[in-house]
Amino acid sequence: MLQSFKLAIKSIWSNKMRSFLTMLGIIIGVASVIILVSIVNAYMSYMTESFASMGTNQITVNLINLSSRSVSVDEMYEFFDENTDAFDHMTPMVSLSASVKNGNDTMDATSVTGVSEDYLKIKDYELAVGRNIQYADISGRSKVCVIGAYVAKTIFGSEEEALSDTVKINGYAFTVVGVVSQQDDDEDLDDGGTDDFIWIPYTTASKMARNASISNYTFTIREISEASEDKELIEDFLYTKFKNEDLYTVTAMSEMLDSLNSMIAMVSAGLGGIAGISLLVAGVGVMNIMLVSVTERTREIGIRKALGAKRSVIMQQFVIEAAVTSSIGGLIGIGLGSLATNLVGQLAGLEATPTPAAVIVSFSVSVGIGLFFGYMPASKASKLNPIDALRSE
Amino acid sequence: MEDNVLIELHDIYKIYQMGDEEVRANDGINLKISRGEFVAIVGKSGSGKSTLMNIIGALDVPTSGSYLLGGEDVDTMTDDQLADIRNRMIGFIFQQYNLLPKSNLLENVELPLLYAKVPKDERRERALNSLERVGLADVWRKYPRQLSGGQQQRVSIARALAGDPSLILADEPTGALDSKTSREVLNFLKQLNEEGNTIVMITHDSSIALEAKRVVRIHDGKINFDGDVKDYAAIL
Repeated sequence: MLQSFKLAIKSIWSNKMRSFLTMLGIIIGVASVIILVSIVNAYMSYMTESFASMGTNQITVNLINLSSRSVSVDEMYEFFDENTDAFDHMTPMVSLSASVKNGNDTMDATSVTGVSEDYLKIKDYELAVGRNIQYADISGRSKVCVIGAYVAKTIFGSEEEALSDTVKINGYAFTVVGVVSQQDDDEDLDDGGTDDFIWIPYTTASKMARNASISNYTFTIREISEASEDKELIEDFLYTKFKNEDLYTVTAMSEMLDSLNSMIAMVSAGLGGIAGISLLVAGVGVMNIMLVSVTERTREIGIRKALGAKRSVIMQQFVIEAAVTSSIGGLIGIGLGSLATNLVGQLAGLEATPTPAAVIVSFSVSVGIGLFFGYMPASKASKLNPIDALRSE
Repeated sequence: MEDNVLIELHDIYKIYQMGDEEVRANDGINLKISRGEFVAIVGKSGSGKSTLMNIIGALDVPTSGSYLLGGEDVDTMTDDQLADIRNRMIGFIFQQYNLLPKSNLLENVELPLLYAKVPKDERRERALNSLERVGLADVWRKYPRQLSGGQQQRVSIARALAGDPSLILADEPTGALDSKTSREVLNFLKQLNEEGNTIVMITHDSSIALEAKRVVRIHDGKINFDGDVKDYAAIL
């Protein structure tokens, strides 16, 4: 057995160029399987992560409020109160295109949103200092705000200094009552990032927008597994109000995530499959070269058989040679594939590491291909008649 | 005397089908060779001597007839059994030497021992001893292509001896050599025979056959002379 390995390596080494070309197919095949699967996986986890950070337990509602038919905030709250076994939080959402002043500068990227007191829990954030928006702020349309850590640091220097100070939004002074603890792990915060936001009572925002009806709501559900049922519940309620499915859209984040995941899985399998075909082609290449090798070495096989080599010994020699060739190719392919994965990952700004499953599967497939496609030539070699084999030149 | 019989061929037929035609390469051969003999099998090309050598060498089985080699029934053996008996009982010396070009001399001589599953150290020792006998032990690292034809044939003799076979089967051993090296090889074979080895030599050349002790002549697949070398010399 050990002898066969030595012989195999010797034979591969003595035909360096040919062995390398044989391996090239395997190398490319294995590397492309690893690169494709790993990059797609990295992309998938990136997408999943960013979706999860949006909140997979959220259902968002968009209404097209007509003057003739609409759903008021009170009606939405009524619906929510009746269904608290399905939903645990709800907030109206009013996005303002507002200019936030920092001295003489305008902070363009800061998002200003009118929300209810539930929003802090919906986002699952903690306050660093101060208090949340309260019911009294909402009913009184108070000019108070809760701000993100970036806003606090940029305008006031720190969270503590921001408290009780005022921010100018569209010319109105809003008292900072609370600061949300920093969400981004980075030391340096970017404008437009997770921590660059201002929350104000939705009633105040609605008044500023000069828009009496509110068209966006966000619910959180108690059971993510029941997302579809809960979504239907909202849709049924809205249908009784609007009598027209086109006037509202209800979107469950978890459903989107599911369909996204299954789509990416399909793409991953498809690309892996295409790369797999190149492995198969490489296998045919191995078989071809092994057949050439058997023909070239007919005389050697004849000598070995004449001197007492049994069929199994000859067989073993050629199968091992094919398997060793494709294994070496597989290892090189894994090395190159891993390097390329990291490189592509860095270029694309993804955290791409070679997937262990892709490495293991593609390596075993390449060894398997060596064994499988080496078998036929090996069997041919082992059955050569020593007399004919000795006579060949 | 009977106990001393090494090769016993009885009514050996080897028939090939060439299209519609039947070719009787061996047409009823009966032959006994005892241990310690030096027999030359001589015949023109196409006479059937090569077929006979293949059967004696257990490289091929006869169409019909029985062949006992050292008491073992060879004519019904499978491929692997034939490989085994070749390995244990026969040392081959070929016209074209048939050394492995990518293995050094020691590895070449070790080959039959490798297939006999002799342990590594013993294998090496026996192969080196064998090379010593043909005077090439000190160049065991060399490769066949670095040697002259005569030296290569000596390596192949060393390989034939390494397995300590009952029979040394030489197929035109001098066919590719000049007359001086031919003489050396023949003298060496004679010496091996004097040391007790049984040698069967196949040749087309009657003058080479005269170096043996007994001559068997094949013509059209049949033996038409079998006797002492002196009697053979007389009819030439």
